[in-house]
Amino acid sequence: MRILLQNIHKHYGAVKANNGISLTIEPGTIHGILGENGAGKSTLMKILAGYIRKTGGEIVIGDAPASYRRPAEASRLGIGMLYQEPLDFPSLSVLDNFMLGQKAPNPPFSKGEAGGISAAEGEIPLGPPLKKGEAEIRERLSDLSRKFNFTLNPDAPVRSLTVGERQQLEILRLLAMGIQVLILDEPTTGISGEQKERLFQALRKLAAEGKNILLVSHKIEDVALLCDNITVLRHGTVAGEMRKPFDTIYLLEMMFGFPPDTPSPSGAFPGKQLLVMEQVSASGGRTGLKNCNVVIRQREIVGLAGLSGSGQELFLRVAAGITPPSHGEIRLRDMKMNGKDYHAFQQQGVIFAPSSRMEEGLIAGLSIAEHFTLLERQKGFWLKRSASAEEAKRRIEKFRVMGNPETPVQSLSGGNQQRLILSFLPEEPALLLLEHPGRGLDAESAHWVWEHLQSYTERNTGIIFSSSELEEILMVADRVLVFFEGNIIKDLKTEETNIHELASAIAGRIS
Amino acid sequence: MKTFFRHFAEIAVMLAAVFAFTTLILEISGASAMEAYYHIFRGSLGSWVRLGHVIKAWIPMTLCSCGLLCTFRIGLWNIGVEGQMMMGAVFTTYLLRLGAGSNMPVLFLIFAFIAGAAGGGLWAWIAGLLKTKGGVNEIFAGLGMNFVAQGIVLWLIFGLWKRPGIASMSGTELFPPELWLSHLTAVRFSPAALLLALLAVVLTALMLRYTHIGLNLRAIGSNPRAAYLLGLKPGRYILLAMLFAGGLAGIAGTIQVSDVYHRLLPAISSNYGYLSLLVVMLSDYNIRVIPAVAFFFACLNVGSIQLPMMLQLDSSLSGVIQGVLVLATLAVQAWKSEVRN
Amino acid sequence: MTNEIDISILLAGVIAGAAPIVLASLGETVTEKAGLINLSLDGSILLSAMAAFAVALETGSLIAGFFSGAVIGATVAATVAFFSIYLRQSQVAVGFVLTLMTRDLAYFLGNSYSRVPGPQVSPLPIPLLKDIPFFGTVFFSHNLTVYTSLLLIAFCWWYIYRTRAGLELRAVGEHPEAAYSRGISPKKIQMLYAACGGCLVGLAGASFSLCTKPGWGRPQGAEGTGWIALAIVIFGGWHPVKAAAGAYLFSFLQVLGIYLQGIFPSVPAQVFQVAPFPLMIFTLLLMYLAQKESVRMWAENKVWMKAVLKFFSGTAPGALGRAYRQD
Repeated sequence: MRILLQNIHKHYGAVKANNGISLTIEPGTIHGILGENGAGKSTLMKILAGYIRKTGGEIVIGDAPASYRRPAEASRLGIGMLYQEPLDFPSLSVLDNFMLGQKAPNPPFSKGEAGGISAAEGEIPLGPPLKKGEAEIRERLSDLSRKFNFTLNPDAPVRSLTVGERQQLEILRLLAMGIQVLILDEPTTGISGEQKERLFQALRKLAAEGKNILLVSHKIEDVALLCDNITVLRHGTVAGEMRKPFDTIYLLEMMFGFPPDTPSPSGAFPGKQLLVMEQVSASGGRTGLKNCNVVIRQREIVGLAGLSGSGQELFLRVAAGITPPSHGEIRLRDMKMNGKDYHAFQQQGVIFAPSSRMEEGLIAGLSIAEHFTLLERQKGFWLKRSASAEEAKRRIEKFRVMGNPETPVQSLSGGNQQRLILSFLPEEPALLLLEHPGRGLDAESAHWVWEHLQSYTERNTGIIFSSSELEEILMVADRVLVFFEGNIIKDLKTEETNIHELASAIAGRIS
Repeated sequence: MKTFFRHFAEIAVMLAAVFAFTTLILEISGASAMEAYYHIFRGSLGSWVRLGHVIKAWIPMTLCSCGLLCTFRIGLWNIGVEGQMMMGAVFTTYLLRLGAGSNMPVLFLIFAFIAGAAGGGLWAWIAGLLKTKGGVNEIFAGLGMNFVAQGIVLWLIFGLWKRPGIASMSGTELFPPELWLSHLTAVRFSPAALLLALLAVVLTALMLRYTHIGLNLRAIGSNPRAAYLLGLKPGRYILLAMLFAGGLAGIAGTIQVSDVYHRLLPAISSNYGYLSLLVVMLSDYNIRVIPAVAFFFACLNVGSIQLPMMLQLDSSLSGVIQGVLVLATLAVQAWKSEVRN
Repeated sequence: MTNEIDISILLAGVIAGAAPIVLASLGETVTEKAGLINLSLDGSILLSAMAAFAVALETGSLIAGFFSGAVIGATVAATVAFFSIYLRQSQVAVGFVLTLMTRDLAYFLGNSYSRVPGPQVSPLPIPLLKDIPFFGTVFFSHNLTVYTSLLLIAFCWWYIYRTRAGLELRAVGEHPEAAYSRGISPKKIQMLYAACGGCLVGLAGASFSLCTKPGWGRPQGAEGTGWIALAIVIFGGWHPVKAAAGAYLFSFLQVLGIYLQGIFPSVPAQVFQVAPFPLMIFTLLLMYLAQKESVRMWAENKVWMKAVLKFFSGTAPGALGRAYRQD
């Protein structure tokens, strides 16, 4: 089946997750959709799978335009999706999961025979008792498993399966339903190398049978290894397309934008040791954090590079005391900080600024001024509203936030919210931990924000920040830590590296 | 002006719906609706004495509502308010039993109030600890604690504190009159209790609007994770809000014992705790509206006592009206947010 | 000899007395399995008890009585579900308001049926089976309501765990988004099972006023049952058979209370009614603790602690109380 996506739009309020995407998927091919987090890949695929409804555009399947609004209708057309967040039922058994959503093998009982609790119950055919059709379904599951060399115990609860096995189960279920177009959203994260090998073999087999496979990923080497065609998405639009054989560097440039010429880090001279991590590990996220050994000094600006979910998010949270480490030692200056919470870190001058603005950074319902009241830790019983309003006014002018002290934060635009969060930073912190500080800012305000942040180093502040834009890191950081699968695989001075080296490193290739 | 009219229209539509429903119910039960409304009105606002009864019902409901507003602010459903009131009543009864026959009744009354606040606060604090340390949802913890409190009240009335000779549902022995809150003779309610309730309204309003505690409660209720990153400790404020709500509910219990019944009864809380939850919901969590809604609820409760006598109807009509009102409000709110999107 | 008769009669009393609580707990289990909390149980039971009694009295038909009880129960539960699913209001708030309102509505509308003699379900010992020693008395000397409650335990278990529809019901309560992606409509399923569960709750009410505590009045005697059923659902770990066991345990405690009162005359019977609630809190506390890594490690070498944690490790349906939103 040939699939055409034409000018697909999906808008959430002012945010354009998909902004006019067109692409063609040829039958019998494995088509890669490549892009960083937030590029709009998942949204596009969920639209194709009928899980979310598009704002505009057209989908053509075969020769006819198709309009469908539900996953069930999409699967009737032969489209099935393996979602990034597994949409399965952890407490149910493998067999139950396999069965759910499939048609019963035998015609259902008549209403009377089943004997409902009420009249209304007759509306859903009870189906035969599960045991009756079970042998047949068991057979179907084990046949399919054998075909793809998967090993699944039908009676185990799905909760006890590994991520890879849960994926295998979903793939088998979709195939049993007669899927012709299989979408896989980030299937290679969190599975073992061996499972990945099996998955890729299965996908090649399916493509050879004439099925369409869509592989969504931000992992360039996976996509390049498996796919016949690749479409790169960036900021909700198509950044480019490529056929086999692939040029990795060219793909990376499409993903991240074309690099500017000259990086210019602040060049400040590093001072005394500020944060020391020795053999620190922590669990959480997709990969956890493994055996981190890092020293951060005063006046240093350190960028954390890596594909999203490679451990840099966890690193910042461990450094802030929000996530406790499972092993290893954290020291601030010479003080051991293990077992202390973020508030204790805060007292030592460690400030964390999260990237998810409305989830962690700001409090919906409170005005800008009220946020400053919370930050100021005013003494006394009564609120000093005028004092915080003045402070708020000063800061929003300085940080160019479009709003006034009484504006409720949820009504600000994303870029303004981001600048507001940055305006919360105190005057003389010891260490700033910033999650994607430049995200959502246009080039000019990003430039201004970084000038401001670099001025902190004159007051001996150290800065650690994560970013998905490699140019940003090269431009402002003195040092870059490259994360891959929870490990720090490179620790480089920015002046001694370039975007090509970093791009290869974040994909796990160290020369 | 336009929003005012829209507001007004909403309320009018809602009241009309509730009025129609209540009338229908009355017609089903074969009574004349107009007569019933007339008797409720006469029974609540028809004389100074009746108004006094209304105020007696208004006081505990207002106290509980003020406390509940704090727990709602931090995002908790403090359904345990009923039990907190009962425990306030129990602690008060203990103190007043000690005070019987002493020559310093006023001192014991003052201590009774403190004990009431402590009793209610303790009960709320346990529910708060179960929530913050034990991961038990405050609704189930609160409900469970309500029934335990009810059990304690019954056990005391039929056991430890039973009337000499006979233990019955009519409660413990009456306290000597010097341990009653003094009344204004014309209207038969205690000015001290009224003052306390008014004070609670003013203090709650000031606290929520003008102090750090109020802002912090709101911040944590809206987004506990962000509040933590901004330096607040959610667990501590949950306990604080629970203590405050429990304390006020406990004082309501004290007033029920020392002013209204002068003894401990099995139904000492008169359901006012649960009703207060409705009051706060109907007020849209606005302290300025709470006294008025509580007054309306008190009128319904007191006025409907006339129904069995005058029309052979059950007095629970008040509860039906109150419930339908809140449901209608929820439906209107849903419809409004639907329109907005 | 005499001893044996005593025990069988006592157990028969436990089974008969528990019938309405079993029905209500089963109903709430079904509703919560679909992810909805129906907090209106207590008032719902009273309103359906009143309706059942009034209808049975007016029509002279017990079947009509039970039917109207079931309809009332289903309607109230469907209201909670409707407010939650389609109006996006808090399940807890709506359920709570309905608890208070339906109770008062029952008292108000039932006023004229107060203390009126009316029809009631007559005993129907099953021939032959009732003559089996011991078991005959315990299981086969009851009325139809009690038999129904016993059969429904098995039926609910079979329906939830052994039919395709039951599988879909569990799927929706577990992960409505996943169910949606497989072509199951969570909204419809939740509405349906809220109503089904409500039906059972209504039957519980009807069996109070037509069987267990015949007649109507203020108070009827069924007050508090709804809250107890809610507690029992948690105690039973959302499993119909365990919930029924919880209901029998409670009924047993009540019967035992009568004996205990002989030993502790100062403790009124009402105090024993409280027993399920501390147990409920304790159950929830243990469920929370059983999930904690540190507690599990601590219990590792203690056999009995492990057993306790295993018993209480029943988990709530994944999406319980969380309203499903569709994009």
